[in-house]
Amino acid sequence: MEAYLLASATFCLLSSFGHTLFKLGSGRVQPGIFNLVMMILAFGLLSTDLWMRGEVQRSCPINSLFDVLVFMSWSTILIYFVVGSAYRLSLLGAFTSPLVLGILLFAQITPINKDAHMRLFRDHWIELHAAVSIISYGAFALAGVAGLMYLLQNRQLKKRKGGTLLYNLPPITDLGIANARLIWLGLILLSVSFAAGFASGMQVNTLKFWTSAGIWAAYALMVLLRGIHTMAPKRTAILSVGVFIFILLTLPVIQHLSNPK
Amino acid sequence: MTILCAGINHHNAPIEVREKFAIGSNDLQESLAQLRTIDGLFGAVIVSTCNRVEFYAASVCPMRVMDGMRRFIDKRAGVTEAPFYTHDSHLSIRHLFRVASGLDSMVIGETEILRQIKQAYSAAFEFGATNVHLNKLFQNAFRVAKQVRSETQITRGSTSVGSVAVDLAGKIFGDLSGRKVMLLGAGDTSERVARSLVSRGVRTVIVANRTFDRAAALADEIGGLAVHFDHWHTAFDEVDILICSTAAPHPIVTREKLEAIMQSHQERPLFIIDLAVPRDVHPSVNDLENVYLYDIDSLEQIARQSIEVRQGEVTRCEKMIDRHVRDFLHWMRNHPGAIR
Repeated sequence: MEAYLLASATFCLLSSFGHTLFKLGSGRVQPGIFNLVMMILAFGLLSTDLWMRGEVQRSCPINSLFDVLVFMSWSTILIYFVVGSAYRLSLLGAFTSPLVLGILLFAQITPINKDAHMRLFRDHWIELHAAVSIISYGAFALAGVAGLMYLLQNRQLKKRKGGTLLYNLPPITDLGIANARLIWLGLILLSVSFAAGFASGMQVNTLKFWTSAGIWAAYALMVLLRGIHTMAPKRTAILSVGVFIFILLTLPVIQHLSNPK
Repeated sequence: MTILCAGINHHNAPIEVREKFAIGSNDLQESLAQLRTIDGLFGAVIVSTCNRVEFYAASVCPMRVMDGMRRFIDKRAGVTEAPFYTHDSHLSIRHLFRVASGLDSMVIGETEILRQIKQAYSAAFEFGATNVHLNKLFQNAFRVAKQVRSETQITRGSTSVGSVAVDLAGKIFGDLSGRKVMLLGAGDTSERVARSLVSRGVRTVIVANRTFDRAAALADEIGGLAVHFDHWHTAFDEVDILICSTAAPHPIVTREKLEAIMQSHQERPLFIIDLAVPRDVHPSVNDLENVYLYDIDSLEQIARQSIEVRQGEVTRCEKMIDRHVRDFLHWMRNHPGAIR
């Protein structure tokens, strides 16, 4: 059942992405109702899948890399709904769907263990730590998407050639603001997650600790330097894309080190 | 029932001819009343804009009504051979849908015409000059125009240097309210762009011109501030949009000069519109972070591009319109007796 739910969510995101590509090809990129409906459907299907997995595992379903990737896809769409309605950034959904699609496809295609793992022991602090940190990754994912859109719009404006993307992407100032605020949101969530982790008193692997601390420090630095106007929005956008790619690359390692031995 | 159309527009008559036929809002009621006296005419709408004067009528005896409309036009303009085109049912419906969608406009895809047609129809409706067929026709025309605009790129981009500049300002800053503009040189185009920006909510306009009196006069007109040309950079703090149009033979805004100024600009972008030839701003300024420089060529290129995109969409729009014309003709066939 869970496999069907995930396949259906993937199909919704694929349809949304395909629709965007078709519109892009015909030069009519408009944020439409189709993308929104597909995102809502995908969110609903992922929520159901997570709920069912949670029932089986009797805990928040984030006990394997597969779980984490599905949960991260869900949290990215969740943050998109929160931010999308707050900023009304056109095309944010069109840019978010391929990212979530990529994460979901990776989760389903790669030969990782997809079976539901029962947690050997339950600790609410550890569950809170893990869940909030993945939701913070959702915020960082959206910050990366907004950053990528900022870089594209900056390129369009610098090229001085007009074009479909220039007219359909949101104003560059709004993208810069959204990028900075999403980093803020992600940083707050990650800090809460770290606080929960410390409260649990769990033993942390050194590599996991320093990787997580490095990610936190990178985003904190971006927030700090933007706050004192030392870092330009373009550099923040580049860094937000870069650090999120780093998160994606190190996620399997972090998840592996987080599993109780 | 047949829909008829007789008209004159920018395609077939120059302004000297069009102005003779123009019907102002004061004459509208009387003109509609005169048209309604034509035997066999059941409804009429007059669309009179700077580019066209068109009469739409619903009738069951088209030849007689068309003759009556010709007599009305000739009498009104005091000429015997008015250069009017006439269309009957199918072509007149198609013509109205094209006009409402902006396909027949001087600038393809312009949106002002839809507002003007809506006004013309409302006036005719209020004076009781329309009938069921005309009501349905015009409601359909508004719907077609809306669909054409939302489903094609017929209104994509801007087609004049000034509107391209204003569009770009929107793409950089989003909301323009509270933004600060500086005019370096007070040329006509830069003045027009500044006025457009003010109408979009720009807060302050600073004018720096070699002739201070001209700067002061323009600043006074648009509610801005005038500064001496030699001191423009001292008033540059917090400026978001710089419009240059001086007659200087060499660039007056250089990368070195701007780099120093941008230090205090924090992370706010700077949009520079260089309308001068020779250029007032050195091209290397565009390499600076957060600075977007557009000269007259790049603005014209974007305007041309928009026109090309719009022209490329005409065929799609025509197909859409043809479908709606067929639907309307089908409705007419099913409602032959609805006269009023």
